[in-house]
This record gives sequence, C-alpha cells and structure tokens, in this order.
Amino acid sequence: MIAIVNYGAGNLNSVKKAFDYIGADVAVTAQPETVASADKIVLPGVGHFSSLQALDRTGLREALLQSASAGNPFLGICLGMQWLFEGSEECIEVAGASILPGKCRHFPSSVKTPHVGWNSLAVQEGSRLLRGIAQDSFVYYTHSFYAPIATETAAASEYGLRFAGAVERDTIFGVQFHPEKSGDVGLSILKNFCEV
Amino acid sequence: MLTKRIIACLDMDGGRVVKGVRFKNLRDAGDPAECAGAHARDGADEIVLLDITATSGNRRTLLDAVRRAARSLFVPFTVGGGIRQLADAAAVFDAGADKIAINSAAMRDPALIGRIALRFGSQAVVVAIDARNVNGRFEVFAAGGREPTGREAIQWASEAAACGAGEILLTSMDRDGTQSGFDCQLVRAVSEAVSIPVIASGGAGSAHDFIEVFRDGRADAALAASIFHFGIENIAQLKRELHDASVPVRWPC
Repeated sequence: MIAIVNYGAGNLNSVKKAFDYIGADVAVTAQPETVASADKIVLPGVGHFSSLQALDRTGLREALLQSASAGNPFLGICLGMQWLFEGSEECIEVAGASILPGKCRHFPSSVKTPHVGWNSLAVQEGSRLLRGIAQDSFVYYTHSFYAPIATETAAASEYGLRFAGAVERDTIFGVQFHPEKSGDVGLSILKNFCEV
Repeated sequence: MLTKRIIACLDMDGGRVVKGVRFKNLRDAGDPAECAGAHARDGADEIVLLDITATSGNRRTLLDAVRRAARSLFVPFTVGGGIRQLADAAAVFDAGADKIAINSAAMRDPALIGRIALRFGSQAVVVAIDARNVNGRFEVFAAGGREPTGREAIQWASEAAACGAGEILLTSMDRDGTQSGFDCQLVRAVSEAVSIPVIASGGAGSAHDFIEVFRDGRADAALAASIFHFGIENIAQLKRELHDASVPVRWPC
C-alpha cells in the first residue's frame, strides 16, 4: 500500500485520483502508524513552507524519516520535495528533513512569480523515477521557491535560473512539478514510482 | 523553458456548455465532462469551467459537472461562477478543482482572496476581471458583465495580486466571442502592472491572434472557448502554428 500523507496542506484528491487511475493501491492518511506500515510514501503539498510544521506536531516527521531510512520508496511532490532539503527562505523557522543538502530560495525578481505553467525537463541519465521520460518533456509547475541543483538532481528546469525539477537518491525521490497535473508524462512518472 | 499556455474555457449554463457573443446569444456546445476530456486530449494546457449563470439552484449541477470532469482530467482544472465565500470554494476544490476563479465576490470583499489563498494556497486562486474600454479607460464590470463598477482594471488587478491572487484571468468584454483578436493593449497594461501571470481572454479567432497576445500583449496564457467548440480550429493545429512562429508552447504534448 502507498500512503499519501495528509497534513492539511493542499488538495490531496488530485494526487489520489492520479494513483487510482493507474491502478495503484493508495490510502490517504494522517496517522503516523499507517505511514509506518506503508510500503511506499507520497508526501504531497502545495502552499506555504510553514504548513510543513504540521509534520513535526503530529509525529508524522519521525514516521516519515524512519520509513525513508529503512529504504521504503518515498516521493515528495512540490512542497513535499522541498521538505527533503534543509529548509526554505519562505519560512526559516521550520526545518526540512535535511536528507538532501541546501535550502530552497525564492526565484529572482527578474521573472514573474509564481512560476506557473508547463516547463521542459532536462533529464539526467540513469534516473529510475524518470525512466522512459523523453528529454525536454513538459511538466506542470506552480511554485515561487525552488530547490538548488545538486548531485541528487534527476532533472533540471530553467526559469530565471536552473533549478531542481526532480531529485533522486537511492529510493528517495522528489518532484517540484505536479505529476498528477502533467498529463501522460506525469502519469508515467507516478507509474515508475509504483514500480520502484 | 516555460511555455505559453493555451487554455480551453467551457462556459456552462444549466449543466451544458454554451457559447455566446459579447456575453449574449447562447448556443449549446455539449457536455462539460466530455468537452473537458476532448480538449485535454487535443492538447489544452489547462481547462477552465465557468458557471456563467450561477445561482444557488445550479450549485449541485456545477459540483456534479466538476466531479465528472475531474475524474479523468490530468491537467490543471479551474472552476468559477457563483463562488461567494470560502465554503463555496472548499466545495469546488473538494469536487476536484485545482484552482477557483472569483470575480464579483472578490470585488465586494477583496479579503476573500486572502482567505481562500491562506487555506488552499495562492496558486489556487484566480481572480477573473471583466473589463471594457469606456472612453479610453478600462472599466471593470461585475455580475457577468452586467454591472459597471467604476473601477479601473489595472488598479484592481494590482490590488487583487496584493491580496494574494495567484493569477489574473482578464477578459475583454469588447472582444468576447467576436473572434476579432485579443485586446493586446488591455492585456499588456495589466501584465506589466502585476508580477503574477495574466491569462488573456476574449476575442480569440485565429493562430495569429494568439501570437499577437503573447508577443505584444505579454500574456502568460491565453484562453479561448468558441473557436475550439465548433471545430473552427483545434488546439493541436493552433499549437503547431505557434511552435512554427517560435512561440514556446507545449508541443508535442
């Protein structure tokens, strides 16, 4: 079973609907125990970085970290991917998971924010999450803060600067874009995650 | 590279998609869920569903249409019409919308923008503005274009952005349904005044109109309804033409 973590941020329905559509066994949960017993975990989220504070309050943070360090595949979407990093300029009081190095920053003022729309992906070879995804495939983004390029970057996009569109280390994955809103490309990425 | 979005708009009345000219003379154009799916398959980057004659009696019809359309739609889906308070917005999100569009209610109570944004994020709040050129000044109209408000469009767009809107959906009432081209002057003025994306609407008739509104109007996205419903031009063909004219679009998709 794949647990979609509900911590009160954003619309989980669309993420669940996409997994349902590809035939995955998913459950939306706010319970640390359910997270602990899941085979795979999806941490979605849209909105403000401060909403991640709910993970600390509810015991979900520990459950997520334990599950991920035990090797259970983890997929962070949008804010859920940013959580993998040390933190974000958006809310310095809330700590990220620090699984990946660096902090999320606001896009430069030379571009409009939020960054909304379909942008292309420069895919790194060998990514498991992006297996079969063609170079320059389009995915749907909506965010104002971005994660830095690092060795874990599985795909990069460009908007004022190059930023991490997808990250990957062992069985820990993250996408800044919304695979549940990225048409067939997005559904293929979710399928890849199910098959890890 | 971030692409320019082509958004298919479905105007809904009593559970059916309709299209009028200058907000009048409505014609039937099909079932909303079927239209939404067909446009997505055809390459629409987003779908907007507007309940144009929203009344309390139509609420259930709208939510039912949203639920049916959202079931197999995997591109962003915006819903508007008759959203007057946070609870209305919550019901529409719950039915499967990714964003809501608010118009008259936001003008009556600009703080509503912030309340919805706080709960669902700014990215989920589209403020729709219907404007008409009145003696060289772009005036905002409320209640589906029926009531003049005396407000100036650029100033209202800036205020909406400051209140927490994630995008502006800007309709030229002078051009709506006429297929005579977007009002690039209006779109550019608003686009340059706000730092959030602006969706141009009203007047789409040809690929050339889209090229113009992206280049001269500085639109981030463009929305059209009538040209897609009646097969005058399909989205795939439109995107090919934009691509050939070096406008960045999601193509192939």
